[in-house]
Amino acid sequence: MPFAAACPKSAPDPHSAPDPSADPPDRRGRPRPPARRRAADAAAGFVALTGAGFRRYATYRQAMVAGLFTNIVFGAMLASIMLGVAADGRTPGGYSREQLVAFVWVGQGLLNVVYTWGWRELADRVRSGDVTADLLRPVDPLTSYAAADLGRAGQAVLGRWIAPVVVGVAFYDIYVPHRPSTYVLFVVSVVLATLVSFGGRYLVNLSAFWLLDVRGPVALWMLAGALLSGSFLPMRFLPEWVQWLLWCGTPFPSIFQIPLDVAVERTDGALSATTVLLQLVWVIVLFLACRAVQRRAVRRLVVQGG
Amino acid sequence: MTMPPHDAVIHAAGLRKDFTVKRKTGRLRRTAQSVSAVDGVDLTITTGETVGYIGPNGAGKSTTLKMMTGILTPTGGALTVCGLEPVPRRKQLARRIGVVFGQRSQLWWDLPLRESFRLLRHVYSVPAADHAHRLETCRRMLDLDAFLDTPVRQLSLGQRMRGEITAALLHGPEVLFLDEPTIGLDVVSKHALRAFLADLGARGDVTIVLTTHDLADIERLCPRLVVVDHGRVVHDGTLAALHERYGSRRRVVVDLDRPYDDLPHVPGVKVDRVEDDGHRVVFALDGVPAGGLIARLAQLGGLRDVAVQEPDIEEVVARLYTTEPAEPAEPAEPAVPA
Repeated sequence: MPFAAACPKSAPDPHSAPDPSADPPDRRGRPRPPARRRAADAAAGFVALTGAGFRRYATYRQAMVAGLFTNIVFGAMLASIMLGVAADGRTPGGYSREQLVAFVWVGQGLLNVVYTWGWRELADRVRSGDVTADLLRPVDPLTSYAAADLGRAGQAVLGRWIAPVVVGVAFYDIYVPHRPSTYVLFVVSVVLATLVSFGGRYLVNLSAFWLLDVRGPVALWMLAGALLSGSFLPMRFLPEWVQWLLWCGTPFPSIFQIPLDVAVERTDGALSATTVLLQLVWVIVLFLACRAVQRRAVRRLVVQGG
Repeated sequence: MTMPPHDAVIHAAGLRKDFTVKRKTGRLRRTAQSVSAVDGVDLTITTGETVGYIGPNGAGKSTTLKMMTGILTPTGGALTVCGLEPVPRRKQLARRIGVVFGQRSQLWWDLPLRESFRLLRHVYSVPAADHAHRLETCRRMLDLDAFLDTPVRQLSLGQRMRGEITAALLHGPEVLFLDEPTIGLDVVSKHALRAFLADLGARGDVTIVLTTHDLADIERLCPRLVVVDHGRVVHDGTLAALHERYGSRRRVVVDLDRPYDDLPHVPGVKVDRVEDDGHRVVFALDGVPAGGLIARLAQLGGLRDVAVQEPDIEEVVARLYTTEPAEPAEPAEPAVPA
């Protein structure tokens, strides 16, 4: 019984005209598919990797329940602090009581969607040498890890975001956005926030190619993320010049503060949209940086062991 | 540099890889020292061959394999795999080769095997029909059905290796690189894996390059054997040629009731050693059958027991590893097709 010989090779697409710029066929005469097919294949690959990221995280149910419990306890604590801060009709940072409560509960769920915690998957694979398997695939590792991370975020929306928001809505007097555009903008903003967070985490992990042990850089990233992203307290509580510095000089507010300000309608629609554009700029900056650093990292790669 | 022959899948000429090792030479001072892991390897592997790549630890096997798969840049020399220069064309090459590193995993740890395979189909953009057919073949031949829905982290090593090999074959690679595929496996798993690989190799569809420390892998699978030591090829040819070159011979071990006063002389037979005060004599056969010697011994009488020992590859290779690299390898002789 023949093995590969019996496998029908993909027939060349009869509708595609021969492309003079296409790569030459390989040794077995398999033609390279046209550019449009390749783009469609790449998109299908991205979607499949995203789905895999979703399912990977969906397997850890007990961890999810434990995490949810923590989020809700913390949410209740933070909410009571915010209620105190905004008592007597005060509007710290320009937020109303209801907006601050929404900031807390939407934020508790969002922590795990954008993932501000220490992520060391790539660094661990560099350290163990398993990163070779990533490099032996026909997909750029930056693309495949980004796809998996979006899948992880999607899983976190279902597993970690909905429940705290439901608790907030059920037990608190919470701000409900009234502009329909807010809902769309919030979804876009959360996707971009996830990508900003991923880009930063990936960049920190890339340092493993030089350092091998990335606990230091990861801890630094987590600390900065906790303090500067708005997950402890809204950045708008700080003096305005500090805010300007953080929003434009660091990616952290784009990870957390911006999607939450969009959700609680802290600013008018146009300004909200502008902040989402700022997120997009950070996504582009960080991904370009990841690509440049990864290129250098791979060039100097010496796989550990073996 | 020589041009690769037209049917060469892998062609290396003067391939080198140096690593810089920093050594502590003082309290704060460290000096960089260049160590060459691969030191001028010339190798041509043609379509459909199964080649065993062996050598002691640190001989440069894995380094060579990493250069061939495009994850390590050569320091010098020329290298093409499937007509491509591996490192600059790594992504294109990835579609045309399959790689299994015995101590690494390319499967998704948290997902069932079936999911990993489905994902690989998309990653490699394999048409659904091809994928289904190849998976079906592997399922049957490697008995995957029992654990296809088990998450990879729960698989035994033997099961995982079967999964890894399947994963490496699903996109129909032209070359399959296996780095110590049988490491850590039990006897039964090793046997099953070898049978599968032998079958795959015999079809001549996929070129197989395999490194191993298990010489039974080589005996079973590889008509052609490349031995490296200190980063150089010290033997390239068949197993038989290796035996011939290093003078490994069949031996006849004879146990006697009483020692002979005079050992018999048979053409083509030498006395290798005498043990146990002459109660045991080991003869080495220089290409002649054992029959003549045994008939002669039977005439003399007092024969208690006779055993014929086949040449032991382990012994040859151990000798090969321990001797200093003196002479460069002889030119590769055409391997005998399986």
